[in-house]
Amino acid sequence: MAETVASSLDARTQAELAAAVLAIDPVGFGGAVVRAPRADLAEAWLARIRSLLAEGTPVARLPISIPDDRLLGGLDLAMTLATGRPVAERGLLARTDGGLVILPCAERASDGLIARLTSVLDTQVTAPRGPFAGEPQPARIAVIALDEGDGIEERSAPALTDRLAFHLILGSAHGDASPSLFSAADVAAARSRLPKVAIASAHIATLVTVAIAFGIDSLRAVAFAVRVARGIAALDGRTQVTDDDCQGAAALVLGPRATRIPATAESAADASAPPPPAADEPRDDNARDEMPSPEEMRALEDLMIQAMRTTLPIGLTIDAPTPTPRQGGSAGRSGEDRSGGLRGRQVGTRRGDPRGGGRLDLLETLRAAAPWQRLRPPIAGQEGRVSVRVRPDDFRIRRLIEPAGTTAIFVVDASGSAALHRMAEAKGAVELLLAEAYSRRDAVGLIAFRGTAAEVLLPPTRAIAAAKRALAALPGGGGTPLASAIDRARELVVQARRTGNDTIVVFLTDARANIARDGAPGRPQAEADAEASASALRALGGTTVLIDTSPRASETAQRMATALGARYVALPRTDAQGIHAAVSAAMPRGPA
Amino acid sequence: MRIPFPFSAIVGQDEMKRAILLTAVDPTIGGVLILGHRGTAKSTAVRALPALLPPMSVVDGCRYGCDPKAPTPRLCADCQARVGADQKLRAHKAPVPVVDLPLGATEDRVVGALDLERALTRGEKAYEPGLLARANRGYLYVDEINLLEDHLVDLLLDVAATGENVVEREGISVRHPARFVLVGSGNPEEGDLRPQLLDRFGLSVEVTTTTDLDQRVEVIKRRDAYDRDPEGFATQWAEADAEARRQVERARKKVDTLPVPDAVLRTAAQLCAAVGTDGVRGELALLRGARALAAYDGARQVTTEHLRVIAPSALRHRLRRNVLDDVGSTVRVTRAVTDLLGG
Repeated sequence: MAETVASSLDARTQAELAAAVLAIDPVGFGGAVVRAPRADLAEAWLARIRSLLAEGTPVARLPISIPDDRLLGGLDLAMTLATGRPVAERGLLARTDGGLVILPCAERASDGLIARLTSVLDTQVTAPRGPFAGEPQPARIAVIALDEGDGIEERSAPALTDRLAFHLILGSAHGDASPSLFSAADVAAARSRLPKVAIASAHIATLVTVAIAFGIDSLRAVAFAVRVARGIAALDGRTQVTDDDCQGAAALVLGPRATRIPATAESAADASAPPPPAADEPRDDNARDEMPSPEEMRALEDLMIQAMRTTLPIGLTIDAPTPTPRQGGSAGRSGEDRSGGLRGRQVGTRRGDPRGGGRLDLLETLRAAAPWQRLRPPIAGQEGRVSVRVRPDDFRIRRLIEPAGTTAIFVVDASGSAALHRMAEAKGAVELLLAEAYSRRDAVGLIAFRGTAAEVLLPPTRAIAAAKRALAALPGGGGTPLASAIDRARELVVQARRTGNDTIVVFLTDARANIARDGAPGRPQAEADAEASASALRALGGTTVLIDTSPRASETAQRMATALGARYVALPRTDAQGIHAAVSAAMPRGPA
Repeated sequence: MRIPFPFSAIVGQDEMKRAILLTAVDPTIGGVLILGHRGTAKSTAVRALPALLPPMSVVDGCRYGCDPKAPTPRLCADCQARVGADQKLRAHKAPVPVVDLPLGATEDRVVGALDLERALTRGEKAYEPGLLARANRGYLYVDEINLLEDHLVDLLLDVAATGENVVEREGISVRHPARFVLVGSGNPEEGDLRPQLLDRFGLSVEVTTTTDLDQRVEVIKRRDAYDRDPEGFATQWAEADAEARRQVERARKKVDTLPVPDAVLRTAAQLCAAVGTDGVRGELALLRGARALAAYDGARQVTTEHLRVIAPSALRHRLRRNVLDDVGSTVRVTRAVTDLLGG
């Protein structure tokens, strides 16, 4: 989810509309992802939705570190130990049956939590574990994911957001105390009307066409759009979906999910615009009921595309799908310390709840409980039966250290001074390393710098398909914004460290910086900036290699290597194999 | 409980539906890997299975869902003891289990562990069965399997291959039957599976959202109809589901005795050699898949046509990948099939 270009008034109406439609039938719409610049804006929106919900609808906040027993139901450990017999605890999701579950910091939720939520969203039941297993409890929920991440790299898991109808970005205009556009009575009336609202085939077909044109592959998105169109109609007191309802649904549901802008959309407002490609396909008239003419369809598509303009993510390029690689493993997004892992070498124990995912260390638990035995009264009715009295405080779980992976970050000079043929060699080397990183499960990232600034072409990933695509698209020519490149590299290093990975940064450059950090040309300032950035990167530690791509070993590049604390490799007649060998030798864990 | 979307009402995705149904005919084909983008009916297809497949006979009170008609060595220890004591195994009908294994599940949760509560409150050493026990004789579904930790995927494939879960930890020593079909799904753009793991899946399927407008409209219409009235929708598709169920039942009876001519065996070996799969796993999956397909189609014997249909699913994930080569695995398999069997 990126920022939208919505004007604040439109955005406000959209947020109001989303709240009202969602309040009609929260479970049916799955919920919403809400991104807000300030926490109070999200809270205000939540308050609005609460005021519109049916009376008695449960609302619960879900701490992202919630253990399974509390989430899905299971044993109340404290009560069980106190009373000496199993005491059941209903899970939070089952307690919120028919209501809203609010997930703060959704972008930091672990893969495990996301998987449990998506499974409950799909099946609408929870299966508690322990002695109460096998009795699924109804848990029809809607999820409001409050996404507080910054930018593309940190965002809620797509597996979850795909199952939520609304993707909202709240602007500052929502904080004002303006009266609500919809009342609880409107919503209640819509609730009883919703099942009767019909939608014509033509409207469904148009929503499908628009979704294809904007590169939205998930059919869940279109199914939600249809539902939202019916919701809007119900809210407006009608039982038939109109063009306007579809426009609203396209703006609310399809716009934020767009992955590309069709070439025709830019001129869609123009009446003489060529139709989107899908509308040109031959039609079999017998197979369709009540289909409008192609011209009518096109007019409706144009209206929808117009409506979506306000909610499209910024930075979409025309007709280029944006891949969304994610690093594998549970440590990826949750940013946990690797020493909290579930495997690896044991390095001790710590106090903790074994149900939170840790492995219980039975011996240490008993050792912790031992000194207190005389002080702890026997459990009523259990005298003489329980020999050791253990309390939740005594639990010790194993601390395990997992060997960390390596994140290799390639910083490739694509400027005019690095001759174009070197680019091909650099690409070759990166591909060879990718193949290895893949089999070792290391991550590879790619930064290219040219013109006035550096750009992260590929955030660290193990997905080979995405990496290859980024490489193929690597352009060349222009200035050498070295400082900017080093800064980007430093950001990626910090990110990779958070997941517990070692890092290696490989610069392929002649180090002839001529663009300053602010994008202005000029060699002296550019070099000063590059040196400052270099020492900042050096301060982080980790392995750095600078491969000098100039025709013969240059002093500039050597000086930069020293400033970076990098191993300097002069490869005047470099080829892919040579670069690969040099980097392999410098890998923190040695060559593969 | 929510009525699942009927299996037969899923539009298109024929290869995925076929792969899943064939594992219902012959579970020894191995697991199914489904790769594709979100919103391509992967979860829907798997969650529709309990309603689609014939219910199975389960021993009353058995924690592992043993089959009362199974030969004694394939029963769990409890049921074996009851048979040994000449007790009659009473049974009831239960739907085929489809168990979700969520990412981040601990090994304890998956294989089972010491029942902590009983150990602490009653001082008893008891085993609390895990997800593998619940999945016995059914399906274990892992969404985003490509993000699951390698050692867990390995463990799952091991248990699925041997049909038995062996637990040796924290002073408990248990083994119980765990015969299940592993269904993994994931989006390859978010991370790959190790080649060693890929090879251990019986069949793999690549799903894409159709770009055909009419098909997509049909998908949405059915989804809308289902959302508005799940019960009515399920009733409408009950007969189609029942027909598929009968076809699976008929195929199950035939599959073990269906003849495979030598010529077909030879062609299968040539096909594997042509695409360069290592080991015999590819050949086995190809033959078992073709045999299950022949049984499902009601054919008298397995033919090369069955091989042709099943080859992409059985082989595409076993090809060595060349990083610098862009030709897709499916294309390479199809090419080899065309070379051998003609267009």
